Parts: sequence; C-alpha cells; structure tokens
Amino acid sequence: MGADTVVETEGLGRRFGSLVAVRDVSLSVRRGEIFGILGPNGAGKSTTIRMLCGLLTPTSGRGTVAGYDIAREPERVKTRIGYMTQRFSLYEDLTVKETLTFYAGIYGIGGRARRERVDEVLARNGLVARRDQLAGTLSGGWKQRVALSCAMLHSPPLVFLDEPTAGVDPVSRRAFWDEIHKLAAEGTTVIVTTHYMDEAERCHRVAFVFKGAILDAGSPAEILARRGLRVAEVECSDRAVFERLKQDPRVDDVAPFGARARVTTRDGADPTAVVREAMGDAGAAPVEVRADLEDAFVSMVRAESRAE
Amino acid sequence: MTRLLAVAWKELLQLRRDRLTLAMMVMLPLVQLMLFGWAIDTDVRHIPTAVLDHDRTAASRDLARSLAATGSCDLVGDLRDEAELTRALRAGRARVGLVIPARYAESLARGRPVTVQLVVDGSDPQSVTGATQAMGGLVAQRATVMLMSRAGVRAPPLSVESTTWYNPDLRTAVNIVPGLVGVILTMTMVMLTSMAVARERERGTLEQLVVSPVRRWELVVGKILPFVVIGYVQMTLVLIAGRVVFDVPVAGSLGLLYAMSFAFIAANLSLGLFFSTLAQTQQQAMQMSFFFLLPNILLSGFMFPREAMPEPAQWLSEVLPLTHFLKIIRGVALRGAGFEDLRAELVRLCVILGALVVLASLRFRKTLA
Repeated sequence: MGADTVVETEGLGRRFGSLVAVRDVSLSVRRGEIFGILGPNGAGKSTTIRMLCGLLTPTSGRGTVAGYDIAREPERVKTRIGYMTQRFSLYEDLTVKETLTFYAGIYGIGGRARRERVDEVLARNGLVARRDQLAGTLSGGWKQRVALSCAMLHSPPLVFLDEPTAGVDPVSRRAFWDEIHKLAAEGTTVIVTTHYMDEAERCHRVAFVFKGAILDAGSPAEILARRGLRVAEVECSDRAVFERLKQDPRVDDVAPFGARARVTTRDGADPTAVVREAMGDAGAAPVEVRADLEDAFVSMVRAESRAE
Repeated sequence: MTRLLAVAWKELLQLRRDRLTLAMMVMLPLVQLMLFGWAIDTDVRHIPTAVLDHDRTAASRDLARSLAATGSCDLVGDLRDEAELTRALRAGRARVGLVIPARYAESLARGRPVTVQLVVDGSDPQSVTGATQAMGGLVAQRATVMLMSRAGVRAPPLSVESTTWYNPDLRTAVNIVPGLVGVILTMTMVMLTSMAVARERERGTLEQLVVSPVRRWELVVGKILPFVVIGYVQMTLVLIAGRVVFDVPVAGSLGLLYAMSFAFIAANLSLGLFFSTLAQTQQQAMQMSFFFLLPNILLSGFMFPREAMPEPAQWLSEVLPLTHFLKIIRGVALRGAGFEDLRAELVRLCVILGALVVLASLRFRKTLA
C-alpha cells in the first residue's frame, strides 16, 4: 500500500447469519480524494462503511484504514476518522458550542486546546453567530454544517459521510459540497455515500455497489466511457414511439421527462439516428445530450438484473 | 478521563435543560413522602360500629361506650333488631355489629356466664382485626377484674408488660420514611438510566458515539455518574423531610448509611443499563421500569411484611436489591445498627450488584455494535 493510499480493502465481506450483506468489496482510496459509494438501498453501502469505521468485524477479506487494520485495530481506526451519521443526529437540547465542546472531549481533546479548537471550528464554519443557539432549533442546512464540524473537530485525515445531504435544501447542498471540496483540497480524504447522482458527479471517483459487490469503480468520466452510453432528448409523448424504441436492441433505456423522452443507446450507437428512425419524418428533431451517472447506474443495475 | 468527564458534563447540561425531569426528580420524593407518610397507616382505627342492645341497661351501655373509648371503634347508631343489623352491614354503614344479649346486667350481677356477640364484615380482613382485638382485650380485662374480686386477690396471677424499642408509639411513618428512600431510588435510578441510553438510541446519537474513540466503560460511567449524584440528593431530601415533617430521626451513622447506599444505587443503575439494552425507545424503557417497580413495592417488605408471604414470594424478593437495602436502611436509620450488624445484608446486595454489572456489560457490548 502506497504512502498516499488511505483506504485499501481486498475482498471485504460480511455475513449476518445466512444473510450476506457484503460479498466482495475491493477498494483503494487515495489521500485528498472524494470517493463516492453509490448503490440502491440494501446494496451493502452502510455495512461496508461500518466495517471501514471499525464498527463491524469483516467475516471475510481484509482492509486497512489510515494505516490500521480494521479487524485487528478498530479502536485505533476510530481515532483517525471522522464520521457523520445518516440523519446527522445532534443533541437537540445542547447549543452549537456545547455540542462541539462535547465532541472535542469525546475525541480526547481537553483543557485549553479544546477551547481553542472549538473557537477555530466555529469561525471556520461560520457558526460564531449561532454558537449559543440550541441545535434542535437549527434548520436542516445548519444542522448539517454543525454535524460536519463535529466530525472534523479532531482534524482526522479521513472522514465518512453517510448520506450527508438527505433532507437538506438545494442551496445548502451546494454550499456543503463546496466545503467538501475545500476539505479535500487541504488533503482530507472524504468517503461519501449518496443517492443523488448530481452529487456523485462531484466526486473524484465513485464505486457502484450492488448486491454486496462492486459493479464498477472509477472517475465518473471513466465509468461513462466504459458503458459506452449516448443520450438524446426529443419532444415526444406518443406511447407507440416509446414502445418501438424499447424494442430496438441498440436502445438501453427510454424514460419520459415531462413532455420529452430521454433515450439512451449502448455501444456508442448514435441516439439521434435511432430516434429519427423510430419517429419517422413527422417528429421533432432529437438533440444529443451528455450521458450522466444516473444513466450509467440504471443501465448497470438493469444489465445485472437481466443477467440473473 | 477527558472523555469520561465530557460525557458526564453533557448529561448534566441536558438534565439542566430538561426542567420537567429535574422538577420531577425533586418533587417525586417529596410528594411520595407526603402520600405514603400520611395516607398509609396500617393501624386501623375508628371502625364504624353499630350496637344491637337487647338489654338496655346502664351496664350494657357502659360496655358499648368502653369499646368506643379504645379508639378502635366509632359508634354509628343503635339497632332495633337482627334484620337491621344485617342491613347496616350489607349497606356498609357499619363494619362491625356489637350484639348485647337480654339480661346482660342481671346475669353479670348474679355471676352467670354471659356471651356478647361481635359480628364483623370480613370482606376487608385487615380493617376489622382492630375491632375484634379491641373487643377481645376489653372483655378479657373485665372478666379478669370480676374473677379477681370474687377470689379476693389484688393483682392478676400472670400479666405481661411489653416494652417497644425504636418506635415506642408504633407509628407507621417511622417504618415508611426510610423504606421510601429505597423505593424512590429504585424508581428514579432505573428509569433515568434506561431512558438516558434509550434516548440516544432513539435519536441516533448513540451511533455517533460508537464510532468515536470513547470506550464503553467511559460512556457508561460518564452517563451514570450524574445520576449517582441525583440519587444521593433524593435520599438526602427524603431523610430531611422525614425528620422535619414526620419526626423520624436517623439513629445510626449517616456516613455508614451513605456509604452502604452506594451498592444499592449502583445496582439500580446497572439494572437501568440492562433495561436500556433491551428497549429500542424511551417509552419501552419507561414501561420496563414501571413493570419492575411493582414487585419491588409489593415483595420487598416496603408495605407488607415479608414474614407473611408464602415461601416462593420470599425467595423471589431475595433477588430484589430493594429487599436488602430496606433491611440496611431501617437498621441504620431506626435501630442505629452498625456495619457488623448489617454485613450479611451488604454482602447479599453486593452479590446482586455483581451479577447485574456482568449482565448489563455483556448485553451492552452486544447491542452497541
């Protein structure tokens, strides 16, 4: 494992009795990287993260996080990571400052160092004006900001964010991701799970997890290139055209978006040509648009389901 | 140590914000003390008593008045016949009926044996025992006096003089106040701990703690430390109020009492922790605590003497920490007992404590991950 590799796993697996939650996860995450773990509910994302945090012992495979073995030294792993839970649960009846002071203490920071660190974090995250506000009275975006501050209090080299933007408005989401990029630029490694594909596109690299194993991993551009997907959009609400397109072997997916149809083709087939064929001369002109991770994700999961 | 103190400090902050719980912590012991101290009196007096006097002489009226003078019975009316007696008892107007036969005075004067009849309502056995005992004592005393005058002796050949130590007036409050310390500690310690952990689980903050480097024992000790303080505050409150309001002093060493109470408080906190590993929500934790409280109140000897219980119930009560704590606190507070007198009870309490600590930490280890 190179000096710049923060997380490395090989064939990581976890079973609960007869249920296999994670089958085979091999990952390598570099320092300063924003690494997204994507996948439907129940795919094994949370179990994977819990193993990486030292909460669950793997039943197969091995892994190191921040230089420590996750199976043999889970307590050491915990001192080197930050973790933000799914619902970024805060103590509703503590003020922002009290919350930060508490978590600083939990991470063993005491005395003057604690006061200084808390003030520093308050200032950095724009929380100074709200430091005496009860956490329970904050809006979703502010709660999220406090939760992230808590996870970063002990300046961990690696931070896990478990669906960090659930229930947060779009403006706060945007601001949150700017902060994530700032952290990464400073050398913090960020591992994030998400359902939102626009967020996935903001990661340096992503891994698609499905049924306890990784379907594909790489930068969003690499993954898209590997799928060879192209997409066209066209004004159309004719069900017959939809059906014709779905029968076409070159077509991967047809999805209505309002009055438009979004047609995805595989193996580099020209989507505008495919659409024109299906609609005849009468239809409006199709426009090719950029394929995104959602297209790739849907395509991968469908292909996997068909294979079974 | 930093981590442990951070947890304890956080619990205190949360407790301070939770005004309702805090108020309950203080009010609960006081209200319970007033309720139990005043309302519970196992010495039943003033039982409504009706008299069916077939004799209607000065002597028969004197017998009825003497019964009333014992304080156990209150005369609530004269009856004309047996049918009226039946109605009075059935309607609940009287719990006891005193039937004095015709020629009562005449028979007494002539030295013929006379039997007066006492009819009691047995549907509430405890309440009428006082009346039968009072009447029994009264009649026996009168019979003795008559025999003595007939035999020409001054003093009865055999008599008893009982001396009551520690609680000469046999006041129930004296028994209740120290017992209440135990009941209140059982109630609040178990409930507070189980709810404090369940609350973190319910809100999802427990997950955040588990991924932190805080050790389990630091988390547990930090969480229950403030409750130990609360336990001692409650204990002090009840003892002071018991002294001021009910005049129940602590006869023995306060230091010894507080030291021995630690084992009891710790046992209840461990039990609360154990409950918290079973409960997913605060509501479940609360229900479990209440479910646990009932056998404590009934079986521990707090309200009913354990000697009167069937053997299986006595065995069951042996595993309740409260049973042993009651013996300790009543020993120290009322009888001035010392460490040597109570060592056996303390050992039993510590065995229970040890078992609970093992049980709670095993379960806690499993459920946290």
